[in-house]
Amino acid sequence: MADNQFDIIIIGGGPGGYVAAIRAAQLGYKTAVVEREHLGGICSNWGCIPTKALLRSAEIFQYFNHAKNYGLSVEKPAFDLKAIVQRSRGIAGQMNTGVQFLFKKNKITTIWGDAKFTKPNEIAVTAPTKGVLGPAVEAPKGALGEGTYKAQHIIVATGARPRVLPGLEPDKKQVWTYFEAMNPESFPKSLLVIGSGAIGVEFASFYRTLGADVTIVEVLPQVLPVEDAEIAAFARKQFEKQGIKILTGAKVTKLDKKPDAVTATIDVGGKTETITAEKVISAVGVVGNIENIGLEAVGVKTDKGIVVTDGYGRTNVKGIYAIGDVAGPPMLAHKAEHEGVTCVEAIKGLKVHALDKNKVPGCTYCHPQIASVGLTEAKAKELGREVKIGRFPFIGNGKAIALGEPDGLCKTIFDAKTGELLGAHLSGAEVTELIQGFVVAMNCETTEEELMHTIFPHPTLSETMKESVLDAYGRVLNM
Amino acid sequence: MPINILMPALSPTMEQGNLVKWLKKEGDKVKSGDVIAEIETDKATMEVEAVDEGTLGKILVAEGTSDVAVNQPIAVLLEEGEDASAASTAPAEAAPKKAAAPEAKKEEPAAPKEEAKAEVSKAEAPKPAPAAAAKANGSGGKVFASPLARRIAKERGLDLSAIAGSGPHGRIVKKDVESAQPGSSARQAPASGGGFPLMPDDQIRALFEPGSYDVLPHDGMRKTIASRMQQSKVVVPHYYLAVDFELDALVKMREEMNNYAPKDDGKPVWRLSINDFMIKAFALTLKKHPEANASWTEGGMLRHHNVDIGVAVAIPGGGLITPILRNAQDKPLPQISQEIGELARRAREKRLKPHEYQGGTTAISNLGMYGVKHFTAVVNPPHSTILAVAASEKRAIVKNDQIVVATMMTATISCDHRVLDGANSAELMQTLKGYIEKPIGLVM
Repeated sequence: MADNQFDIIIIGGGPGGYVAAIRAAQLGYKTAVVEREHLGGICSNWGCIPTKALLRSAEIFQYFNHAKNYGLSVEKPAFDLKAIVQRSRGIAGQMNTGVQFLFKKNKITTIWGDAKFTKPNEIAVTAPTKGVLGPAVEAPKGALGEGTYKAQHIIVATGARPRVLPGLEPDKKQVWTYFEAMNPESFPKSLLVIGSGAIGVEFASFYRTLGADVTIVEVLPQVLPVEDAEIAAFARKQFEKQGIKILTGAKVTKLDKKPDAVTATIDVGGKTETITAEKVISAVGVVGNIENIGLEAVGVKTDKGIVVTDGYGRTNVKGIYAIGDVAGPPMLAHKAEHEGVTCVEAIKGLKVHALDKNKVPGCTYCHPQIASVGLTEAKAKELGREVKIGRFPFIGNGKAIALGEPDGLCKTIFDAKTGELLGAHLSGAEVTELIQGFVVAMNCETTEEELMHTIFPHPTLSETMKESVLDAYGRVLNM
Repeated sequence: MPINILMPALSPTMEQGNLVKWLKKEGDKVKSGDVIAEIETDKATMEVEAVDEGTLGKILVAEGTSDVAVNQPIAVLLEEGEDASAASTAPAEAAPKKAAAPEAKKEEPAAPKEEAKAEVSKAEAPKPAPAAAAKANGSGGKVFASPLARRIAKERGLDLSAIAGSGPHGRIVKKDVESAQPGSSARQAPASGGGFPLMPDDQIRALFEPGSYDVLPHDGMRKTIASRMQQSKVVVPHYYLAVDFELDALVKMREEMNNYAPKDDGKPVWRLSINDFMIKAFALTLKKHPEANASWTEGGMLRHHNVDIGVAVAIPGGGLITPILRNAQDKPLPQISQEIGELARRAREKRLKPHEYQGGTTAISNLGMYGVKHFTAVVNPPHSTILAVAASEKRAIVKNDQIVVATMMTATISCDHRVLDGANSAELMQTLKGYIEKPIGLVM
């Protein structure tokens, strides 16, 4: 096979693309990944991982502030923003190196640059656009460069970028996207966060914990709009207790920028309010990167900024596939990884199942954390399901009390007829680590019976999960 | 050690049966091969023979018990020197050990000095005997299904062993059970009464005055007929072709042949019926039209080498079974007649063995003796055709522009359109007409 000829080329080295590449290599395909900036993608470099690093610093700072509650004394806790950011960037770098190592181990070729389809099985790669997200990055050692590359199968895994709303265009100085929010030069005394999805509330949590005056503005009637209403209301109460101001059903109509502050004009149910803050974070969602990769030229069908696929990553054009954010919501790294693997396995002809979006868990690392999978109560009822609902508050859980984390709620939704676990929604300490129990349960199609028969270790926060299941059937023990 | 006698699987699909009658009592000596009990399955009543020798120590399942699961212990056999008290201690859990146990016994005397080795073989003995426990669902054992799939199946009365699993390692998941609805090939559990409940039982009963009806429980055969025919009508796209046959030549030949039948004790050894001719003619026809002697499977068409014809036999008191006449195409008419006679006799007595009524490549149903003028039959998959033979009668027909009297009979073929198209079947019926109207071809 010629040097520029591969079995599978993947455009984009984010979590979907790089995992797909490893799986392809495992299955014996000659595989290449085209990347223009960072192997590991947004997730490792500017998303999931570095923000978790930031939030960890904030969490520990929070513990310091409450050391007294645990019988400890810490004198005047303080933070060094530069060091916090540095730690976060260092961890991102470590992730990036890790992906390079995995590529080497699996003999995956890296092609450095911007890719564009010229034919359905051919791409032209040009020198990378410098510094799309951050400072320009050197090509990894051994990477191929500009040229024409061919493959029988080409997978588009170009990810997504922050959505830009007219009037709220980020300027990188006063109006930030998550890139600037993750890499601040100075600590803002006040912050206006537009959008209360995962990205919005995580940054709100981070900056509030470190002492900024934070306001969240959400256009929908509920914070964390995709979450179960009860959990969202619970989280909102916690946010407000921490001093975050929240406006829901509120739309930012104008941003007036002055040298040291931005004044936002906000329409709240017909009334106009103004809020002035030092910085604004625009976190109004992300949109797929479908432009400038030649999709139109080869006739790949897109719809509302997303490549249309069939559940196995196949587009309408034979030999072209799309996975991850660019293939549609939920725009989450683990969904992209799963789609990447499924797509490659389907190419190989292995028996795979199309993604069941209903079984994709979601985690938000604000304080308190939010984790969920499956249908919300409202959605289940909308679908006409007769439901049994269980709830268990963390105050009834010994481990939560011992941790000093009594604020939490575990909610489970079952189909009253079949005992199918339709959804699980949690908020509280470490719930992002707990949710997987329910995800496994849903994927194994357990009913309430198996969950009730399962022994959950004591003392753990996971006991709230079992209690919630028991509660759905009127059998709760510790409440 | 007392030996548990287990409920046998009399056919590969059998999951449970009714213990009709004990032919031995507690305390009776039993030799290997003795008939000890009668068991009724959905298809037939069968005899259970003893495998081991000993004394029937204890009957665990009383006669008249319905729905006894396969491999459930039904009695305990005592070996020489064991008394009845040992029987009561034979644990039910030991059931699957039975087949393995005698082997272990044999090994012990064989290596008396190597005690250690004997110990090992004893330890290995209690492994379940897989063959005895094997079920029909392909995997030869347990049905793997998710808990949710199991629950939904139970609620809807679906038989999991009839559902193909799409989950990991063929595990049956929710999706499989949910799609096992009208229009799928999954059959309903006989236990649920066969058909899809169009409305719940209590709703149906509510339509009638209480006390104005009796509720008769379904027997195994009724449940099987209900589920098989339901499945067929839901899954198999039927179409029907009716053709009139002139029988005068065949009637004449039948008479002549019957006159030549060898006699035993003054009685003819065989006596050909019109139906025997139909069987032979249909068999030869299918041999000439191999595309019709076929079964639909998702993976490909099964084109059968032999024509095995199921002949529908009504059971006195209700019910129906179709014993199979194998290789019908190669058998002379007298042999067909004798074999069918014997199969039908045993079918009516519910004494057919499973291999005598399972399988087959097509079927014939004859209601001529009831004066039925014309009818259509339901294909019994995996057959792809069934021939419905009506009454022969004298009719006025037009021949050479003259009205003449002829012995006529109408036969209707039902076809599975997945297997056969209309023109195929029409040609097939032409061939059949040739054999029937010029019956010399049946004996050449």
